[in-house]
Amino acid sequence: MSKYRMHLLVCGGTGCKASDSDGIISNLEKHIKEHGLENEVQVVTTGCFGFCEKGPIVKVHPDNVFYIEVKPEDAEEIVKEHLVKGRVVNRLLYVEPTLQERVGQHKDMAFYKKQIRIALRNCGFISPEDINEYISVEGYQALGKVLTEMSPEEVIELVKKSGLRGRGGGGFPTGIKWEAARKTASEDKYIICNADEGDPGAFMDRSILEGDPHSVLEAMAIAGYATGAKEGFIYIRAEYPLAIHRLQIAITQAREFGLLGKDILGTGFDFDLDIRYGAGAFVCGEETALIHSIEGDRGEPTNKPPFPAQSGLWKKPTSVNNVETFANIPPIILKGAEWFSAIGTEKSKGTKVFALAGKVNNVGLVEVPMGITLREIIFDIGGGIKDDRKFKSVQTGGPSGGCLTEENLDTPIDYETLASIGSMMGSGGMIVMDEDDCMVNVAKFYLEFTVDESCGKCTPCRVGNKRLHEILTRITEGKGTMKDLEVLKELGEAIKDTALCGLGQTSPNPVLSTMKYFWDEYVEHVKDKKCRAGVCTSLLSYYIIAEKCIGCTACARVCPVKCIKGEVKKPHEIDQSKCIKCGACYTACKFKAIEKR
Amino acid sequence: MGNVNIVINDIKLNVPDTMTILEAAKEANIKIPTLCHLNLHDLKAVNKVASCRVCMVEVEGRRNLAPACATQIYEGMVIHTNTPRSVRGRRTSVELLLSDHPADCLVCEKNRQCDLQKIAADLGIRGELKYKGEMSTYEKDSSSHSIYRNLDKCILCRRCETMCNEVQTCGILSAMDRGFETVVSPAFGLPMVDTACTFCGQCVAVCPTAALTEINKVGEVWKAINDKEKYVVVQTAPAVRVALGEEFDMEPGTIVTGKMAAALRKLGFDKVFDTDFAADLTIMEEASEFAHRLQHNGTLPILTSCCPGWVKFFEHQFPDLLDIPSSCMSPHEMFGVIVKTYYAEKFNIKPEDIVVVSVMPCLAKKYEAARPELSHDELQNVDYVITTRELAAMIKEAGIDFEKLQDDDFDHPLGESTGASVIFGTTGGVIEAALRTAYEWLTGTTLENVDFVQLRGFEGIREATVKVNDMDVKIAVAHGLGNARKLLEAIRDGKAQYHAIEIMACPGGCIGGGGQPYHHGNVEILKKRVAAIYSEDKGKKIRKSHENPEIIKLYEEFLGKPYGEKAHHLLHTHYIARKKI
Repeated sequence: MSKYRMHLLVCGGTGCKASDSDGIISNLEKHIKEHGLENEVQVVTTGCFGFCEKGPIVKVHPDNVFYIEVKPEDAEEIVKEHLVKGRVVNRLLYVEPTLQERVGQHKDMAFYKKQIRIALRNCGFISPEDINEYISVEGYQALGKVLTEMSPEEVIELVKKSGLRGRGGGGFPTGIKWEAARKTASEDKYIICNADEGDPGAFMDRSILEGDPHSVLEAMAIAGYATGAKEGFIYIRAEYPLAIHRLQIAITQAREFGLLGKDILGTGFDFDLDIRYGAGAFVCGEETALIHSIEGDRGEPTNKPPFPAQSGLWKKPTSVNNVETFANIPPIILKGAEWFSAIGTEKSKGTKVFALAGKVNNVGLVEVPMGITLREIIFDIGGGIKDDRKFKSVQTGGPSGGCLTEENLDTPIDYETLASIGSMMGSGGMIVMDEDDCMVNVAKFYLEFTVDESCGKCTPCRVGNKRLHEILTRITEGKGTMKDLEVLKELGEAIKDTALCGLGQTSPNPVLSTMKYFWDEYVEHVKDKKCRAGVCTSLLSYYIIAEKCIGCTACARVCPVKCIKGEVKKPHEIDQSKCIKCGACYTACKFKAIEKR
Repeated sequence: MGNVNIVINDIKLNVPDTMTILEAAKEANIKIPTLCHLNLHDLKAVNKVASCRVCMVEVEGRRNLAPACATQIYEGMVIHTNTPRSVRGRRTSVELLLSDHPADCLVCEKNRQCDLQKIAADLGIRGELKYKGEMSTYEKDSSSHSIYRNLDKCILCRRCETMCNEVQTCGILSAMDRGFETVVSPAFGLPMVDTACTFCGQCVAVCPTAALTEINKVGEVWKAINDKEKYVVVQTAPAVRVALGEEFDMEPGTIVTGKMAAALRKLGFDKVFDTDFAADLTIMEEASEFAHRLQHNGTLPILTSCCPGWVKFFEHQFPDLLDIPSSCMSPHEMFGVIVKTYYAEKFNIKPEDIVVVSVMPCLAKKYEAARPELSHDELQNVDYVITTRELAAMIKEAGIDFEKLQDDDFDHPLGESTGASVIFGTTGGVIEAALRTAYEWLTGTTLENVDFVQLRGFEGIREATVKVNDMDVKIAVAHGLGNARKLLEAIRDGKAQYHAIEIMACPGGCIGGGGQPYHHGNVEILKKRVAAIYSEDKGKKIRKSHENPEIIKLYEEFLGKPYGEKAHHLLHTHYIARKKI
């Protein structure tokens, strides 16, 4: 890297690519060449910076200037002004809301201030397609260290001491998992990287694989050494083409460098791995289902025990760890267990990556220390609620997490606290909702997902969730009864208690948590046939306020069923018997003359 | 591996740590209701998918309820099987299953035989259902001659899948689609007739509900009986007589040969014959073929061919080995052709007026009867096949008090049989019967001890060597198609060398056939049927097929020599190479 005086780091994550970061890159390269700077400045495609809300992102290194919302046509100005004349392009800087001014460096941005990036350490910093860049940031040093200086038992002990727990959702201590796999005697053992990330809105694993694939490969080799496995598989959903592409490049390069394959670093240790594609079934994120899918069987869970560490892939001891978990391993090996365990809470060490989404200003990927509060994530890092609306709820843990409320905002979050307040860490999805969100509808939405994604094996999940969803549908249509609410709660609890796998055991969480925290809304839907958020269309009607209507006819013109009548310049009226409640008139009216009741 | 101490419902137990909670509870005489679970220990058929969530119990220190059928015990485990929480869990599972199950119990094929119905009653689920909603509906599959699929009644216990894939290694049935739409089906939703299904019916034998039943022929048989123009003869397979009594609440293993004959006569059949007669005939042909192959350097081993499930299995799975099975038709087919030729001639009845009804423990026999090549002069050898269960239904419908019937005998000349033919009904029996005859023919001496006990038992694959003259004749027996596959693969790879092999598609042989009274997962019932078969054999005056006087007469009057030209023409068949999928 020393060859160049300057690097332009352009986000090549899926989000920024969708906003044509490839166009930015080619334009930057074109203009750099035009100015004869191609030997001085290098354009590097990196992984995700996390600040997806403001993408595409271009960062100038070593000036540390952070450009946001860059378009391909901005490339010329960046080259002419910043690279040639040394002048920062002010208009592309981020306006920090807390300071009300443009800031050039990301350390001044509230979005990054509270973050500690361990798993995401290289995302947005190195090129994921060049192993040399990974090596330049201490890459594969951890593997070198364990192979030359540590026994497998010492590696396990270190990981146990660090307190690292599974980041895929279960939160099982990683060191103990490895130890169990090590202790099960077998000629063949396997390491599996679970990259079957399927929570709606979650993309932390994808970002790591897109931005820093070698960190995962290195960690898998370390896990192989620790457990005694010589072979690994990365199970990734086929709809992550960019991540797969970069993984393939990374695996090829690692093999060329002798960091995968036979006799790694001349130590006699063999480890190689391969990619296995998932067809996108959510339940294949459950480790036994994942294993069956790799084996070529139907992706559905089996009863545990036996745990995969005892009898996993092809009935051999197998350690299944999530992408983010693996990404934490190399720094833990290099910096030590004490360094890692100093971060976080008593039982949850280190950091957690969250995919912040929903009605929050700064949508993106954030890595925060365990023990941070939801308020800090949503309001400090996330920049608060969009359009200054009122915060209503935050849903953590993916589709089977729970919906938390205002009163939970100051709880320090870790695995235990989230579980104790009716939600879970999950893989780190975090969806923020405001007063325009109907909590009954939200519960219905998540349940629809789990009903779709249930593998259909066990009765409670297959039939029970379907029944829960049907009851919720009735309630949102104004056909619910108070008896339905009783059944909802009772059935939800029974499903949690009897379902076979983690999916079924947690799928009623959105219903049960919203019933706990937003009971009034449920009762309103049932008794008053009212949806206060105005989401449940069956429960609301559109009315024209005669005093406000000037008779512009805009509403009548957009109405798809022609149910709005009235003369020009005279108040209009909606024929309620014909209205389909599509809301087109509401959007079209410029005079706020239409209201939902 | 060792013993562990556990506590179930305050009862302290010291039991092997390999046990599940369910097995340990049994030791303490604690009943935990199950639904999807199936464990036919001796047949190594175990369904432990833990999908129904009925056997849920509370384990101290565990976050959620545990499925007793699939949870292994450990030292210090404290289990409660009947707490309000565990009862609520299992009740909810059953209530949910009922919410997606047609409530037509009164007219259901499995009324009073349905495991779901029983468990709902046991749990006191009465009156209006707690949960209601969309029901699964699927097209009914009556495409085959054997198996009727009504997936509206499927509870996804996956027992059929376990039998089809793990025990029989046919891989026809498996779960497809996801969530509420999950359905057990052949690949691509093909109708059964277009698959490599052997129609062994083991899926039907273990189905807890009426999702899988037989294609019912009772109506057509009644119609034939009531048709004055038709001369309706019935034959009964060996395994039927040791199981039919169960349908009338008699002790499993009760031999009801005489009552059965009496009942058939009361039902209105013109003649009541016995497939056992034809089993003796089969031995005459098969033993001759075996002796012929032995003496003339023919293809060995010879494989028995009386099981139609097995025949279809090797046609699909081992089309390259079609020359090794015996070319003998199965006994009931031989019977059919003899009735429509020899018997018709002898009693001057037009063959086209004769209706042959077979009562079989088997569903594949229904399919077999429809195989085009098993016909003579454009008449199918057998017209209708009904199962043991269907016969019981007819007897009940006719208002016959079965238990009080006086024993009756079969009609003659096609009703006489030997002990050798009776044992066709159990695994190892056909080869034992063949040996009794082949031995005497090959050695020219009298076989004093006819019991080849080394060929008996429940082990999946059994071997024995029998000294015939100065030759060691190596025999193998396999039951269950998974075991058959192992044996056939070993033969194909040249790893195993045998002279003769008996194969039965169903675990246990015909006594465990897909048309037998439902055993509801109780393997003891199958064992009692086997014991009854051997006791029937022991009680017979003649125990070697070639000594059956009516058989001797048949050859004298009609067939000529065993394995001769006429016999070959009438009693032997050929096989067809079929696709694997």
